[in-house]
Amino acid sequence: MSEKKTLEELESQIEQLKQLHSQNGLDLSDEIAKLSEKLSDRQKTAKERLDGWDIVQLARHPDRPDGRAYIDALTDDFYPLHGDRLLGDDKALTGGLAKYDGQTVVIIAQSKGGNASESQETNFGMLKSEGYRKAQRLMDLAEKFDFPILSLIDTPGAYPGKEAEENNIGGMIAQCISRMITLNVPTIAAVIGEGGSGGAVAIGAADRVLMLENSIYSVISPEGCAAILWKNRDNADEAARGLKLTAANAKELGVVDEVIDEGPGAHKEFKIAADNLDRSLKKNLSELSQLNEEELLERRQKKYRQMGSFRRVTKDTERSEGS
Amino acid sequence: MPLFRDEEYLKVDFDEKQEKDEALWVKCKSCSKLIFKKKLQENNHICPNCGAYFFLTAKERIKSLIDRETFVDETKRIESDDPLNFNDAKPYKERLEEAQKETEMFDSIIVGRGEVEEHLLVIAVMDFRFIGGSMGSVVGEQIASGIELAAEEGLPFVLISSSGGARMQEGLLSLMQMVKTTSAREILTHKQLPFVSVMTYPTTAGVEASIASLGDVTLAEKGALIGFAGRKVIEETIGEELPANFQSSKFAYEQGIVDAVVDRDNLKPELAKVLEFF
Ligand SMILES: [Zn+2]
Repeated sequence: MSEKKTLEELESQIEQLKQLHSQNGLDLSDEIAKLSEKLSDRQKTAKERLDGWDIVQLARHPDRPDGRAYIDALTDDFYPLHGDRLLGDDKALTGGLAKYDGQTVVIIAQSKGGNASESQETNFGMLKSEGYRKAQRLMDLAEKFDFPILSLIDTPGAYPGKEAEENNIGGMIAQCISRMITLNVPTIAAVIGEGGSGGAVAIGAADRVLMLENSIYSVISPEGCAAILWKNRDNADEAARGLKLTAANAKELGVVDEVIDEGPGAHKEFKIAADNLDRSLKKNLSELSQLNEEELLERRQKKYRQMGSFRRVTKDTERSEGS
Repeated sequence: MPLFRDEEYLKVDFDEKQEKDEALWVKCKSCSKLIFKKKLQENNHICPNCGAYFFLTAKERIKSLIDRETFVDETKRIESDDPLNFNDAKPYKERLEEAQKETEMFDSIIVGRGEVEEHLLVIAVMDFRFIGGSMGSVVGEQIASGIELAAEEGLPFVLISSSGGARMQEGLLSLMQMVKTTSAREILTHKQLPFVSVMTYPTTAGVEASIASLGDVTLAEKGALIGFAGRKVIEETIGEELPANFQSSKFAYEQGIVDAVVDRDNLKPELAKVLEFF
């Protein structure tokens, strides 16, 4: 059973006991106290027992703060830049200039929008070709003036649309990764919600990659994976566990450098999550600022060169029984 | 007995007569005619009746593009270690074993050195039979090493893609291969060495959205499928049916996504023609 369900069940049991207690004149206060203690113990350690599917729900929680909320929390003079100069402005990508920790930075943030109408406007955070072109434009700007880049990742994936394909969205993602990997300024990416496949990694090829603890980062959505491998979207929970898409998993796999503690969760206590992210961003930014251009590029290249996991084939590897 | 021994691996025999598959005839999916298999092989795996393209295995592609007896296998001897211990309807380990057995490859890609009409180059060829030609850690590593080899030797790099995208069973590590291959590609830029990307059926998703789209010159084989999102997903999202030629080679050419659409029979001279300029 998922952790969320366990907690909900405990809560409803306590509720029922309380009702019995007040209605029937039965003295159940001992039982209620016992269960309440169990619930609070369980709540305290719940984090450790959350599985991949629980985290998917948290990462997509309607109250989870989006990219713009983090920009507001982390900066107070953000100046948004608009449009990709060809196709238009992608509302799923907010970007611009800001003063951060005493210097000008370029912020590139995917944002899903805070409410229903904003979500419509941002396509639920699914970027189109113009979004990735806009990101590249901002990267160019950062490099030109030696501004570090902070990118915030939160997208279910790039927009699967007709025009997006006509406008070579795959090529735009490829160019975005390529641009980011060659930047001679410090880059930090933070996954703040959903890191959905190619659409996310497009702005994620950074020197340092941080991840909020209730975020996910995945090669494919659990639903998409279940539809292909299980031939049934209902197996999304299994897929979510199998894909190892949590922040803790990503750290173990060497893809993410730091997991950011959210306390009770960014959807509950935004300030805690934002403050912890702020602290980590500043620390990483000051570390990266010590490096010169060559060191930055060399380290970044090395970091991504060694990404992956495989083993040598030995001559006596037995892998065929039947022949 | 091991499936393949190191020294035997990928020796491309240009005079190989018969596929190990005993069937003599094969049915064309396009025109339903029965075709003599030998005839199909001699005809670059193009249906002699209707002109439909059959899949080329990586080895067949090499035979079709590389000058006789010039191919030297440079594929690293590595295989997946199933980093996520992934299980869906079938354990990933089993899928890997089956694919290795069927293809006699370590994973879905071959890397080698060879000549195309006397132009020496490093070539990487994907094989769709191996888990849809998908890119996991091994494919990423092979492409990166292939590029490094080209850079060391001052040779052009050619990638023949035939891939559905990133390999789901290796999760986030597969996604990172998009960055790894893209980053490796920069080495060629620094050395001013050309990268020719050839997109065949299919070049989609994570492979299309990374290394395959970063060619200095990009060719599409006739009949290729080129795109990021799957047709079905797009149709569900926008609630309308897409035109038949959507994401075809011709579509990609008309949209300015590729430089040329090339018949399978012309791919070799076309590659040579392009390389002549560099
Ligand atoms: Zn036919």
